[in-house]
Amino acid sequence: MVVCCKGSALSRLWKSKDQQVQQLKHYQPQNSKGGGNWRKKFLFLGILLGVLVSIWIFLSMNANIIARRKETLANMCDERARMLQDQFNVSMNHVHALAILVSTFHHGKNPSAIDQKTFAEYTARTAFERPLTNGVAYALKVLHSQREEFERQHGWKIKKMETEDQSPVQDDYTPEKLDPSPDQDEYAPVIFSQETVSHIVSIDMMSGKEDRDNILRARASGKGVLTSPFNLLKSNHLGVVLTFAVYNADLPPNPTPEERIEATVGYLGASFDVPSLVEKLLHQLASKQTIVVNVYDTTNSSAPIKMYGLDVRGAGEIHISNVDFGDPLRKHEMHCRFKHEPPLPWSAITTSLGVAVIVLLVGHIFYAALNRIEKVEDDFREMRELKVRAEAADVAKSQFLATVSHEIRTPMNGVLGMLQMLMDTELDATQQDFAMTAQASGKALIALINEVLDQAKIESGRLELEAVPFDVRDVLDNVLSLFSDKSQGKGIELAVYVSDRVPEVLIGDPGRFRQIITNLVGNSVKFTEEGHIFVSVHLVEEVKSSCDFSNQVIRDSEDGIGMSYNTLSGFHIVDRWKSWENFRMFKFSTEASDAINLLVTVEDTGVGIPQDAQSRIFTPFMQADSSTSRTYGGTGIGLSISKCLVDLMGGEIGFVSKPGIGSTFSFTAVFQEGRKNLGDMRRHHPDPPVSDFQGMRGLVVDGRCMRAEITKHHLQRLGIHVDISLNSKSALSGILEACNLSGAGHLDMVLVDKEAWGEGSGLAFPRLLAEFRQNGLMKPQENLPKMFLLATSLSPTEVDDLKSAGYTDTMMKPLRPSMIAACLRKALGVGSKRQREKGQAMALRSLLSGKQILVVDDNAVNRKVAAGALKKYGAEVTCADSGKAAIQMLQPPHKFDACFMDIQMPEMDGFEATRQIRSMETKVNELIKSGEASSEMYGNVAHWHIPILAMTADVIQATYEECIRCGMDDYVSKPFEEEQIYSAVAHFFESGTVDSVS
Amino acid sequence: MEVACLQRRFIDLTATIFQQEILDSQFTQLQQLQDESSPNFIHEVVSLFFQEAEKLLNELSKALDQQIVDFKKVDAHVHRLKGSSASIGARRVKDVCIAFRSCCEENNKDGCIQHLQQVNQEYYLVKSNLEDLLKLEKQILASGGSIPTMK
Repeated sequence: MVVCCKGSALSRLWKSKDQQVQQLKHYQPQNSKGGGNWRKKFLFLGILLGVLVSIWIFLSMNANIIARRKETLANMCDERARMLQDQFNVSMNHVHALAILVSTFHHGKNPSAIDQKTFAEYTARTAFERPLTNGVAYALKVLHSQREEFERQHGWKIKKMETEDQSPVQDDYTPEKLDPSPDQDEYAPVIFSQETVSHIVSIDMMSGKEDRDNILRARASGKGVLTSPFNLLKSNHLGVVLTFAVYNADLPPNPTPEERIEATVGYLGASFDVPSLVEKLLHQLASKQTIVVNVYDTTNSSAPIKMYGLDVRGAGEIHISNVDFGDPLRKHEMHCRFKHEPPLPWSAITTSLGVAVIVLLVGHIFYAALNRIEKVEDDFREMRELKVRAEAADVAKSQFLATVSHEIRTPMNGVLGMLQMLMDTELDATQQDFAMTAQASGKALIALINEVLDQAKIESGRLELEAVPFDVRDVLDNVLSLFSDKSQGKGIELAVYVSDRVPEVLIGDPGRFRQIITNLVGNSVKFTEEGHIFVSVHLVEEVKSSCDFSNQVIRDSEDGIGMSYNTLSGFHIVDRWKSWENFRMFKFSTEASDAINLLVTVEDTGVGIPQDAQSRIFTPFMQADSSTSRTYGGTGIGLSISKCLVDLMGGEIGFVSKPGIGSTFSFTAVFQEGRKNLGDMRRHHPDPPVSDFQGMRGLVVDGRCMRAEITKHHLQRLGIHVDISLNSKSALSGILEACNLSGAGHLDMVLVDKEAWGEGSGLAFPRLLAEFRQNGLMKPQENLPKMFLLATSLSPTEVDDLKSAGYTDTMMKPLRPSMIAACLRKALGVGSKRQREKGQAMALRSLLSGKQILVVDDNAVNRKVAAGALKKYGAEVTCADSGKAAIQMLQPPHKFDACFMDIQMPEMDGFEATRQIRSMETKVNELIKSGEASSEMYGNVAHWHIPILAMTADVIQATYEECIRCGMDDYVSKPFEEEQIYSAVAHFFESGTVDSVS
Repeated sequence: MEVACLQRRFIDLTATIFQQEILDSQFTQLQQLQDESSPNFIHEVVSLFFQEAEKLLNELSKALDQQIVDFKKVDAHVHRLKGSSASIGARRVKDVCIAFRSCCEENNKDGCIQHLQQVNQEYYLVKSNLEDLLKLEKQILASGGSIPTMK
């Protein structure tokens, strides 16, 4: 019960605590101190209650024990009293029976049947019936008138009892020495006696005071009568005498006391030795040691006479039981008490102590818990405060980062601009070198700051992805050309493969996509000294279903032949399946049907990532180890940004890497499929006109089928039908066969890898061919297909050897369609005349030829120069001298293909003019779209968007950003540079030509 | 004989002009722009430049004569002049213009006047040189020679 109470109290405590905590959480954090104190008070109250309960337990148990003890005492006492009484009654009844016997056989018979001898014998033999008496005697009632005759008849005088009744009785007590009884009315001399009390024969019982009273009462009442205790004669024991009157036979029924006295003939007395009686009784009981028994005669209640008992002071309570010995005049009591002090109530003590200890322990536990809770709450508050501070610091950091990067960029652009200007001045070679180095460093710094800014933007969630149409292959070619110098310098193979199932046009953020690939490829280039870097792009579905290994390129390259593995460079690579095996996309089927899930893998044979560094590779500013940045440079922020970007694109990034073997990074990205030929698609390189090479046939000769597949892939993009020969014999026979055939089977080109079957073996291939010719297996004048050598690097001597070996030209890897096309055009003489001329100028010319271009500049000289420059490339140039004029001329429909716009003009600057032109176009587009105006009204153009390029002498980034913001497409710096115009113009007009073609 | 002499003078003149940085590579690019389709291109551009520059220089001296100089206007003029000179490749004029503009930003009237004089000086230098050059070209063409290409 108590525990239960405590339990519920505790649970209440807990509940209230919970509430307290919740309140704390939500409303008043500062109040928790008070709450804690309140809880503690509650706890102390509980502990106090517990202690009180334990005390109560002690008291109640103790009282219980005492009550039980008392009860035990009472039971024992009563039991003893009853037994005593019973035994006494038994004896008394027997004495009574003896009295009847005497009356019957002594007085009823004449002559008497009993004499002293018979009486003594009988009583001795029936003594066992009266265990408590030590003797019985019969005294005859003798009147004074009968004394003479009686004394004569018995031959002895009636003697009187000693006067000093209570005095100690001498041992040599003999009746003979006693004095004869003085004269009295009546005598009661003893005539018969038991052997044990034979000394009282002839003594007048009436002479003893006690006995006399007894006799008188007995004969009046007719019942057994007891004396008060007195010292028995001779035995010197305390005892009582029981006296019965013996009547003659003619006693009437219901006699009056007078009749009884009249009928009395004698008295039978029995002496009871009380101490021995009680002693004997107690012996029969087991637990006599535990209690002390006293028996008192309390007839005179003010002065009880002790009949039995030691003077030992018993301890504790006394229990008093009444003992009825059958004499109504006499009252007897039995007093019982325990011999020993009650033992300490150990059970009560232990129980209550136990409860107290438990209470205290529980209290302590709760106290500790409370303290702990308080501490945790304090900590929690502190942590929350710290968290708030940390978050504030984080926000501040991001802001700081963004601000600082921006602030650094502005002056850096100044520095870069000035460096550019410095380089434009006449400098000697050393100065030029210094300036270039400074500029390169500055550009690197800007790039880094841009990265940091990206990171900050991503972290603060402000980076948003574009959704514009773009060509994946174009992006990859672009990345490849970015790294071609480096890969050629290191002599590593760099190749890209885009699965045919990847759509040409995707909608997404080409810039960010490119950034990821650039990052990954850049890392690979950085960490790879030999071997290859291979970028492949597939659809996720394609890879998922490619368990049938139908595609040569996807197929993993474990089936290495001999020493060399079937990889791009023959080096061992890591198992790239592992890099994407954890991707979500592979585990669950993708839901959106129009979403294009790309899987891009970048595989290298570089140094690999140490196992212990692999876990933190995507953490910003974490390189594999600190020595990495010393050896290879870089900040280690690239991968982190890539990861963020991949996340933004709804993809995943993963990698697998083994130190010494290489790494493979894979990522997925989700794009939408775009329609082909969207006008404003951004491109960096124009696709070479495919038609030039359509239907041509080529043969790729390469011992490594992986590499051959990739070469084939690029050639197929140009529309060339390609066969592969993996060994020289089949290649030779293939060539021969093709030469002998004409028409459909004709071979236009043979592409041989420089390391087709090992170092330099490609270079030697034409010699084999030449030997064939000499052997007459081929007609000498047979026109051989053009031979091309594919190489990652060529030494000058090798370049010299080329022509003599029989090669038409070389193609430097990485292979890109544009480069292959240029090379083929040059060698095969296809395409327009202009295209055959070399350099970008020609390409530019081809782009700009016949285009209508509007040049807007307030400065006549600038106008003239710009117009002149553009005219030189075949463009038809119209000039406008103000923004307003330009707006008028560009009101759709118009004939212009592009507009070069000066930024700083009086009245209306380039930004404003562009904004107005764009809003004009938007209006028209909406009209067309909503059908309010047919596109015929606007020259059959469904979507008006004239490319506007800013012309500025400013090279500052901010200006560029402003240009883009107000709707310009790109910018060229003044004075015009061929390369810049080319790159700026290329991606508008390339798509333009495609438009016009289709 | 005369043609060869003229040609040598032409080469010498262009050499000094480039050496003194009166003109820079931009001018050579302009020269490359001149071909059969636009035989008078250089001449047109140069005379445009002269017109423009003289107009601007006039405006500038007028503006700077004022009691209260409108530096914004001055700056705009100088910017135009800078653009024109950059287009034609008049390096030294352009350089002075850059310095001139910084003076304008500081609202430094004395500096501006000083720079105006410098610009004038540089302009007349480039003008005389260009005129010489064009005259020589004309003479060479008139006497049936071809204009030597610059390296």
